[in-house]
Amino acid sequence: MTEILVRADGLQKVFGKDMVAVDDVSFTVARGQSLAVVGESGSGKTTVARMLLGLETPTGGTISVCGRVRQGRAGSAERRRRAREIQIVFQDPYSSLDPLQHIGDVIETGLALHFPLTATERRTRALELLEAVGLTERHAVMLPRQLSGGQRQRVAIARAIAVEPKVLVLDEAVAALDVSIQAQILNLLADIRERTGISYVFISHDLAVVNQISDTAIVMAAGRVVERGPTAELLRTPQEDYTKALLAAVPRPGWKPRRRTPSPSGSPAGTP
Amino acid sequence: MSNDLLVLDQVRLDIPAGRDWRTLVENVSLTIAPGEAVGLVGESGSGKSMTARSVLRLAPPGARLSGRIEFDGTPVLDLGPRDLRALRTRRIAMIFQDPRAHINPVRSIGDFLTEAMVTHLSVPAREAHARAVRLLADVGIADGERRMRQHPHELSGGLLQRVMIASVLAVEPDLVLADEPTTALDVTTQSEVMAILDDLRRERGMAMLLITHDLELAAATCDRIAVMYAGRILEVQSAETLVQTPRHPYTTGLMVSRPSIDRVAHRLPVIAGRPVAAFEAGAGCAFQPRCTQAGPECLTGRPPLRELAGAHVACVRAEES
Ligand SMILES: Nc1ncnc2c1ncn2[C@@H]1O[C@H](COP(=O)(O)OP(=O)(O)OP(=O)(O)O)[C@@H](O)[C@H]1O
Ligand SMILES: Nc1ncnc2c1ncn2[C@@H]1O[C@H](COP(=O)(O)OP(=O)(O)OP(=O)(O)O)[C@@H](O)[C@H]1O
Ligand code: SF4
Ligand SMILES: [Mg+2]
Ligand SMILES: [Mg+2]
Repeated sequence: MTEILVRADGLQKVFGKDMVAVDDVSFTVARGQSLAVVGESGSGKTTVARMLLGLETPTGGTISVCGRVRQGRAGSAERRRRAREIQIVFQDPYSSLDPLQHIGDVIETGLALHFPLTATERRTRALELLEAVGLTERHAVMLPRQLSGGQRQRVAIARAIAVEPKVLVLDEAVAALDVSIQAQILNLLADIRERTGISYVFISHDLAVVNQISDTAIVMAAGRVVERGPTAELLRTPQEDYTKALLAAVPRPGWKPRRRTPSPSGSPAGTP
Repeated sequence: MSNDLLVLDQVRLDIPAGRDWRTLVENVSLTIAPGEAVGLVGESGSGKSMTARSVLRLAPPGARLSGRIEFDGTPVLDLGPRDLRALRTRRIAMIFQDPRAHINPVRSIGDFLTEAMVTHLSVPAREAHARAVRLLADVGIADGERRMRQHPHELSGGLLQRVMIASVLAVEPDLVLADEPTTALDVTTQSEVMAILDDLRRERGMAMLLITHDLELAAATCDRIAVMYAGRILEVQSAETLVQTPRHPYTTGLMVSRPSIDRVAHRLPVIAGRPVAAFEAGAGCAFQPRCTQAGPECLTGRPPLRELAGAHVACVRAEES
């Protein structure tokens, strides 16, 4: 049987008194699976991701990663173990990279924390990792600001896979990239998954990207999962109106932009 | 001479960099007819925003802007401060990607909307208010009276962008420069905002330059598309024919490397390397280092835009691809 690496069960997150950001969300991620989480802005995708990483404590429900239920604050040994189970890459890698740290050191720091390697071994491994994401020795001595956005995103991915996590969460990780760079990174992610059997939780509002990168998907609206299934099926024969509306809004040949409400009078439902 | 509303002819923008100049826009030629929607598509750094800003002479300080820019027969580069202000406030309007950065956060939506009408068009305050509420209705905001009292932080990005569009309509410009107006929005909101722009544009006969990196969005909403790379326009075609028969290898590359909701590719066909700005491009064709069709002839000078079967293409080997 396929091994379940992530099991989220009845997840709930309430901010403040009554801001329900995530409500009764359940899903599993098997080894080697790529699960997409789609939905409009504010639907709760990032909050789910942050709970998976332990960056946010669920108000209700449970998360287990690699068979262990996540609960409570972790000590440093426990944190290290968790880091090798699950890693995350955010949309804007700039804010998560130390502006004064050379790219090579960014990767080596992660390695030093998790593997007993000599300095030479560490350097070699860091270069391998940079090469795996299409960067070279030349980039290792550079600072984050000397790289393009796409290159920084590669560094963030290299840093995340350096610790050889079983699951990688990507939160809008390709959203800000140019079309040509986005394609390169999507291919890179496909290569890494094929080579290592890593699992992805791929958060995106871009349905074309999701179609390319995931095999199953959940659709979120207002904190809840409104539809789920194999990605291809979900995109070809959506059942829920919400999913249908999302799909209908994607520009493609022959597409015309449409108002949600047919007449200009009346604000569309659901807008604040 | 021509019936074009806007004419850009060999427009070039350089900014000072130490003792040198850096080219951001290089010999851009483009026209927009009255009521026409033209898409300006390209990756980041290609000079799309700088091109649009050049039209309003909003280049960075110290920049050198040359070539010919004509709006409704008037040479924009020769305008005095007074006429330039009139051009900016009444005839050409700009919509930005991030409305929040361009709407004063401490003033109400009502103030924002009525200000231009009162100060530039001398509309009495009471009438300006009534008109603003009507404009909000036009962009799909029904409870205008309430919205007028709200502040930007109380509105979602989609609503705020609609307010921005309403403010543009308030002055009834002849041309709208829309710089990635929907990039920060959800697809559903994007669809709605584009539909609103589209309707209003047609009703009022406004022309539009739509800047976007989304070729499919441009194809679906514009009459013609110009593809920009490294400060230059590499291809211009009608939207319809461009998506069927792209003539420039870069356009083709952009189209095939974009994932699709209908198909899954084992691996996406990619354009190798990264996009460059004009000043980073070497001699010859700026796309040459990334081009799979490149030959030795591609290194002698920048290929000029030339006509090919109804399209304009800046590639020496366009016939072969
Ligand atoms: N720390 C917080 N405090 C209060 N509310 C929050 C907090 N974090 C998120 N929210 C709210 O929770 C809801 C879900 O936010 P979340 O960031 O998870 O959405 P998202 O699906 O990731 O959206 P986007 O596509 O815009 O990134 C939103 O309404 C958001 O404003
Ligand atoms: N104020 C400025 N001073 C100097 N260089 C600038 C300035 N603004 C932009 N540039 C540079 O000019 C080039 C063109 O920028 P422009 O903003 O026109 O690109 P763009 O096509 O609009 O890109 P994007 O899709 O990222 O908005 C880029 O290389 C950019 O770094
Ligand atoms: S001119 Fe040459 S390098 Fe440039 S796009 Fe055409 S074939 Fe490619
Ligand atoms: Mg998010
Ligand atoms: Mg721009």
